[in-house]
Formats: sequence, structure tokens, C-alpha cells
Amino acid sequence: MAEKRVLMKGNEVIAEAALRAGCRNYFGYPITPQTEVMHYMAKKMVQIGGNFVQAESEVAAINMVYGAAAAGFRVMTSSSSPGISLKQEGISYIAGAELPAVVVNIVRAGPGLGGILPAQSDYFQATKGGGHGDYRNIVIAPASVQELYEMTVEAFNLADKYRMLAMIMGDGTLGQMMEPVAFRDVEPIVNVEKPWAASGRNGRAEHNVVTSIYINPDDLEAKNNELKAKYDYIEENEVRFEEINCEDADIVLVAYSTCSRICKNVMKQAAQKGLKVGMLRPITLWPFPHKKINEIAAKSNVKAFLSVELSNGQMVEDVKLAVNGQKPVHFFGRNGGNLPSQKEILDRIIEINENPMGGAL
Amino acid sequence: MAVVFEATKGLTGKPFHYCPGCTHGIIHRLIGEVMCELGILEETVSVASVGCSYNSYEYFACDAVQAAHGRAPAVATGIKRNIKDKFVFTYQGDGDLASIGAAEITHAAARGEKITAFFVNNAVYGMTSGQMAPTTLLGQVTTTSPFGRDASYQGYPINVSELLSNLTGSAYIERVCLTDYKNIQAAKKAIKQAFLAQQANLGFTMVEFLSTCPTNWGKEPLEAMDWLKEKMLPQYPLGVYKGADIDFKKLEADFKAARGGENA
Ligand SMILES: Cc1ncc(C[n+]2csc(CCOP(=O)(O)OP(=O)(O)O)c2C)c(N)n1
Ligand code: SF4
Ligand SMILES: [Mg+2]
Repeated sequence: MAEKRVLMKGNEVIAEAALRAGCRNYFGYPITPQTEVMHYMAKKMVQIGGNFVQAESEVAAINMVYGAAAAGFRVMTSSSSPGISLKQEGISYIAGAELPAVVVNIVRAGPGLGGILPAQSDYFQATKGGGHGDYRNIVIAPASVQELYEMTVEAFNLADKYRMLAMIMGDGTLGQMMEPVAFRDVEPIVNVEKPWAASGRNGRAEHNVVTSIYINPDDLEAKNNELKAKYDYIEENEVRFEEINCEDADIVLVAYSTCSRICKNVMKQAAQKGLKVGMLRPITLWPFPHKKINEIAAKSNVKAFLSVELSNGQMVEDVKLAVNGQKPVHFFGRNGGNLPSQKEILDRIIEINENPMGGAL
Repeated sequence: MAVVFEATKGLTGKPFHYCPGCTHGIIHRLIGEVMCELGILEETVSVASVGCSYNSYEYFACDAVQAAHGRAPAVATGIKRNIKDKFVFTYQGDGDLASIGAAEITHAAARGEKITAFFVNNAVYGMTSGQMAPTTLLGQVTTTSPFGRDASYQGYPINVSELLSNLTGSAYIERVCLTDYKNIQAAKKAIKQAFLAQQANLGFTMVEFLSTCPTNWGKEPLEAMDWLKEKMLPQYPLGVYKGADIDFKKLEADFKAARGGENA
């Protein structure tokens, strides 16, 4: 691997990573704070002979994604929260028809039009369905520009491998951030055969049909159970996380993406004060590192958990499920586009250290 | 013994689920026949919509993708952009295309997407039991216009062919009906011309079929045909709305020549 590092903006790195992953289809609709993904694609995709379409809406964009994926081609769209809400119909159809696709959500604060500043308040809509029906998306939350690159490439591989949607979750901080990134010489692209794709029979005896319709309840239940088995397998095999200093921690922070970066700095300050603080950073938000958190909760040294989020408390629900009552779980969040200061988080840690049960959820 | 009529290989042969007297079936057959006659069955992808024809993919023998309600033109865009030398068509009802999917069809036409929309206008939402469609006629009684469509209350019908023909991106648009042999032959010709125009990359193409829905119109099959002629034709005149100047004879000759006369 060549260690040539270039300074690039997070959003542009996502687009570059998609191109390097062999994605030749981008369909999108403008929305802040992810427009750089689109601008990059508008230029580069056309230069390399791929497809770029500025769709009439997010609804149309996700359905173009559905079409390109159904025909067997790597495809991506990107948007931000209000746009992702509109895409949920298509996302449900993609799940039902088992199509591989990558969706990027550079989350902004809601509800409604909300604001354009960073937030993590789309955790629910990303990990708990969002659209109708029993389905899951793989949700990946990178925490640096380098990770945006590597995990976007990986998202395409996972999408193809499991015939499902992989979502990259970031926020405006990450998307606008300039950081050095080291590109690989060759991407680890996993080329998956797609004999199911509908792109013309070309001599095939039977026609291929891509659909999510199962009118007969037994057929639909069988299909849903098949999906469930796939999701169970992914929960066993594709959980990704980073564990820092949990070995002898009194208090374990749980934070992802932008929040995990702030928390890393807080951990240093806490150490200076003689506090033993560890962190579990989920990298995949679905599948969530339930097992890992449950194991950490079982350790005798651990007194309490603190979930730190840019929301009013969303991931903390999964943390509580994972901890399963073994230890108190606390929450601290800022929202509306505000980031928590290191001091705010440290003060909360000090409080919890003195009284682990106080104010626990 | 000479074969005088054969089921088209363009259809799978699965029996239609459509009601007696419904012209969805005739339209299916015509599209199947044209795909075979042009020799494009193996290089065509159909996009099914949501309506009574939601499972048209079970009938068309080409590859197929089923789309969400109204989104077929966007899905077709995503497919066609990747298989530019092949054929992609949508098959959509009037609720699907002119109501919930009005944005998708309009922008596909405006972009000049090289796809064909087969638009089945039966002036009603068939599948969900006869509600008012954007194409419902003034005075027409439906389950959601039980006193007849009143312009002051429910507005006016949309003439989609006229509307889309105003967009520069549309290349060929024709409205046809299926009330008798002559019109059925004209409809078949329109289907063929749409595919030829698509193949020549002229732009967006659409054939609007005035179609019967005896079940939700509350009529016998023959009465339904008469009602279509009497009521629908004045609101929706037949004819070529875009592309009257296209030399289809030349397009067909070029198409066949390019294929080495294999389909001659
Ligand atoms: C998002 C969504 N809204 C509503 C429906 C319910 N629905 C199914 S078919 C249909 C109307 C179809 O009418 P049309 O397109 O005219 O087709 P026809 O049945 O008349 O051939 C509706 C409203 C749906 N499936 N999805
Ligand atoms: S309900 Fe109407 S459109 Fe649907 S199959 Fe019956 S006649 Fe045809
Ligand atoms: Mg209808």
C-alpha cells in the first residue's frame, strides 16, 4: 500500500471512495451539508463515463438507485436527514427486493426542516427501519476522513455480499472536515456475480424478475424469515467497534463518529484527573455491538456507562438493551446542531464517578 | 395445417388475472407481439407499476423489475442509463402515472430519457376499487366522486399526452384505443414506433391507451366499450401528439439493416 497522503474534504472522499469501489452510478438531489459529494460526482462520474443524474427529488433519486441496482450495477446516492426521510419508501423496496446499494446520510439536526448543523438524531431512522416492513440496513459510522474512505469502499462490498443496503452515517463536521487520507493502490473490491439481475435475458432461458411483492401470506412470511436469517448471520459476523481502555475502566463511554472524537479528548483529561474512563465506539450502528457491551457490563471494575450523542437520546436505548440492567446507564447529549464541550462531558463523568446511580436512565 | 394464430412468445403464457372485458390483456398481447416481431424480447427490461397490472412481470417474457407506486419512470431511468443499447419500458396506470407519479413521468420526459411509457388510462383507480383518478371525466361517478366529478370541487381531468408533448425532451407520444380491429392495429403500430424511436435515441416516448374498466365503471364489457367511445374519446382525442414528422419507415429499415436482416 502506497502511503501517499492527500488532504481532502470528507464529503469529497466519500465520492472518490465510491468511484474507486467501481461505482459508476450516482443519483441525487441537492441538500446541505452533503452537496460536495454530488458536485464531485457531477464532474468525475461524467469524465469516467459513469452515470450522474440530478433527480427531480430524493424520491426519484432512490428509485433510480433501485433501477440501477436491479440491473446489476454498483450504485450510490447521498443526502441529509430530510432527504433520507423521503428516500425511506425506496429503501424499504430495496430491502424487500434484496438489492445492493449504498446510501450516504450526512445527518443534520431535525425534526422538520430543523437546521443544517451536525447531529446524530437520525440514529432511529437509520437503525430501526425508517420505512415500512421488517427489514434492516447495514449502518456504518466512520469517525475520520480516512475511515470515510475505507468504509465507503467496504460498504459497497458488504452491500453486494449480502444483497442489501449499506448506509454510511456521518454529519456535517465529518463531511466538511479536511484531513489527510491515504488511498490504496488497488481497492479490495469483491466482485460478486449477480445472476439475478434484470438487464435483458440475452439467451437466458427464464426471465429474471426483481420484485418485493408476495401476495400469498405464506410466501411473504417465508421471504421475511429468509431475510431474518440473513440479518441474524450479519449480527453474528459483521459487528465492528473500537474498544479503548475498557480493561480497568470505572466508567465506559459509548459514542460514535464525531462524538467519539470529542470523547477521546475527554478521556485524556479524565486520566489527568486520575479517573479511569474507557470507551466503546460502535463502528457498525447496525449490527450494534450488543454482545461486546454486555460483556463489558459484566466486568466487576465497570461502575457505569455514559452514552454521549448529538441527539436527545437515541443510541442510549440500544446501550441499555445491551447492558441489560447489569450497570446503570447514563446519557449526555447536545442537539439542534450544537456539539458538547469537553468540559460538559468531563463534568458529567465526574458526577457519575461520585454517584454511579444518580440520574441513571 | 397452416397456423393462423399463435400465442406470442413475448408473453409467458400465464393466464391473465384481469376481469372480463378489461383491455389490459389486449395491451399486454400487443406489446408481447411487437417485442417478438422486432426481435428485442431478449434485450428488453419491463418495469411494472402499482395498479391492476402490478404483476405484469408475470406475463411479459422479458426481464422485469417491479417499481413502487408512481416511481416506474425513475426506476426505468436507473436501468436504461446502464444498458443504453437495450430497451426499457414502463407499464403504468393513470393513477400511477398521472397522480402519485406525476413528477417522475414529467421529469423523465423532460430529461428525454430513452425509455417508453405504456400508459393505461381507464379514468379510474382500478385496483383499489374505483376511486377518482386524475383522468376521471367531469360528471363521472366513482367511489370517491359519488355525486359525479364536479369541476368546482374536484378540478379537471389531466390530458397527459398533450401535457408531455409540450416538453422538448419527449420525442414520440401517441394516444390510441382498443375498441375494434382497426384501432387495435393502430395501437400495435404505435407500440412498434415507440420502440423504434427509443432505439434511435430520439428521446422520451409514450403510448397512451384508452382502456376499459368494466368492473369499476359498473358496466358490461360491451357497454364499457361503448362508454369509452362515447365519453372518453371527446375528452381524450386519439392521435399523434409528438413525433408526427418522424420517418418510421426509415427507422425500421435502418434498424433491420443494422441487425443484418435477422428480423426481416
Ligand atoms: C404508496 C402507495 N399508495 C397507495 C397504494 C394503493 N394503490 C394500489 S393500486 C392504486 C391505484 C392504481 O390505479 P391505476 O394506476 O389507475 O391502475 P389501474 O388499477 O386502474 O390499472 C393505489 C392507490 C400503494 N400501493 N402505494
Ligand atoms: S378492476 Fe378494472 S382495470 Fe382492474 S382488471 Fe378489472 S377491469 Fe381491469
Ligand atoms: Mg387506472
